[in-house]
Amino acid sequence: MNKTAMYDLEQIKALTESAVHGCRLELVPNGSAANQPSLWVDNDHALAVARFLRDDPALCFDYASNVTGVDWPDVTVNETVMVKKVIAGVEQEFDVPRAIVKPGFLEAVYHLYSMRCKHGPLILRLRTENRTGQTHVPSLTPIYRGAEFQEREIYDLFGIVFDGHPDLRRLLMWEEFQDHPMRKDYRAPDDYEYEPTPHGEILEKARRHYSPEVKHG
Amino acid sequence: MVDFARQPSAGRPFPPAGPNPNERYRIVAQPSENGGLQSDLLEVSMGPQHPSTHGVFRMDLVLDGETVVKLKPVFGYLHRNHEKLAENMTYLGSMPYTDRLDYFCSMTNNWAYALAVEKLAGLQVPERAEYIRIIVGELTRLQNHACLVGFLLQDLGAMGTPLMYAFREREKILDLFEALSGSRMMCNYLRFGGCRIDFPEGWLEQAKKLVAEFPRFLDEFEALVTGNEIVLARLQGIGVLSPELAINASITGPMLRASGVDYDLRKVDRYGLYDRFAFRVPLGDHGDCYDRMMMRILEMRETLTILDAALRDLPEGPILDPKSKLRGFKPKPGEAYGRIEAPKGELGFYLISDGSANPFRYRVRPPSLINLTILEDLCLGHKVADAVVILGSVDIVLGEVDR
Repeated sequence: MNKTAMYDLEQIKALTESAVHGCRLELVPNGSAANQPSLWVDNDHALAVARFLRDDPALCFDYASNVTGVDWPDVTVNETVMVKKVIAGVEQEFDVPRAIVKPGFLEAVYHLYSMRCKHGPLILRLRTENRTGQTHVPSLTPIYRGAEFQEREIYDLFGIVFDGHPDLRRLLMWEEFQDHPMRKDYRAPDDYEYEPTPHGEILEKARRHYSPEVKHG
Repeated sequence: MVDFARQPSAGRPFPPAGPNPNERYRIVAQPSENGGLQSDLLEVSMGPQHPSTHGVFRMDLVLDGETVVKLKPVFGYLHRNHEKLAENMTYLGSMPYTDRLDYFCSMTNNWAYALAVEKLAGLQVPERAEYIRIIVGELTRLQNHACLVGFLLQDLGAMGTPLMYAFREREKILDLFEALSGSRMMCNYLRFGGCRIDFPEGWLEQAKKLVAEFPRFLDEFEALVTGNEIVLARLQGIGVLSPELAINASITGPMLRASGVDYDLRKVDRYGLYDRFAFRVPLGDHGDCYDRMMMRILEMRETLTILDAALRDLPEGPILDPKSKLRGFKPKPGEAYGRIEAPKGELGFYLISDGSANPFRYRVRPPSLINLTILEDLCLGHKVADAVVILGSVDIVLGEVDR
């Protein structure tokens, strides 16, 4: 936390947990020199937590500065497991390597500051269940209008669906565009503007005509 | 607490939403409220090549006569996925690309990015380099604000002349930037933990001369602009932004302070060495277009006092942190958010490092885009000609909006 803040993150977590019944919060440490740890919020209570953080007179996080998405792809962790086997009547222990795939997820990160009390940042993180099917998180636009375009941008570039957003459309890419370019596994098409034309067919015919498999006379 | 959902305009109700959610809106003819003639709402696509949009930006307007009933901004004409490009480059490699975000203010873009990386890697900036950053950053603010006022008057119909007055002063500042960095607009000047190169010979004298002469231009400009009857009639009371909505919609920069919210990152965060400088933060009373224009003029005066002091007290010493590495730069895993008060508002960079030479996540917090969040709220109920003025008073650069 910034040195001007009234509370540190542990205190904010305790205050929020006592005010919002049943919410689950988790500290996410930050290894960099910036000393900006963040707070993971469960999706069911995110709206209530944000409303509490905005309206509480002492915390007063009334300003959502930066809203962004992060794509965490699946991570394969190699580890060794001890396995007992009976070989020739003798029980022996073996180290067996095993690859475990930790499923990835998408994350929406909110940097909250207070304009009235001039402290911050408080970093909130919302996570989707996975990267493919369940990519829903609640929208915080009803609490912070400033998140409106930024959540649209995340929906556009990362594919997080913000439930409760008043106007969830693509922001930067065109509406017919299919994929989400900021995903880590995104591959750009060879030609964005490709559409089949007679010209393409003729080129294909010519290619076949001059290819070595086709024998002429 | 107040809810800040978009309020329907005072005139006609919104057309009902179509059955297809992708359909933007459906235009239906409605009888006029006083029982008179039936008239249709008119859909106008303003832009992307319209000169008043300051680039390639489009507004889908729905007009009732001349009154704006609905306004949807459309972005993306200049989108090149700056963030993806930066994630496939080294940290230093995307420094020149930050110039292209807000191409009017490349120095402050460099500064915001350098600040975020310095937070991420824990680099210290030498005192002289901090002074140099303040000098070039405030010169950038000076030329940006002068040009903004010029552009705004251009939008009002004062074709050319005020803008050329502002451009004349801007040229002098760009000459200084060229002498310093080799490039007028794409400066690529700052480095992590300092600056690329020290001032060349004679640069400081030239800068002092510019700062000494600038108030004369400003006095003349202000006298010509602020007393003008047309300017007053067209700007006062147009596009009023309340402080509550401004905070809730994350408006920053001069636009926020025009609504009377005292929030200047140079005072709040005290990044760099801004706590050594005495300057005031101008605040507006009404939050209308006129206040937004006056904020720029008043801020230019405060900027001149900062520049005066910085050029006077510039210390000797190194300009780069000896610990900073230009090659093989790999910060520890972690994340950092660094932000500065750029001329257009809060410019922030959010970086996540995974310990490799490329950032895992690189995000620009663009003030130009986020300040447009409330464009529809400001324009509803005004005439279409006022929408042009309101957009002009927001101060956007499309390189930053679309990234």
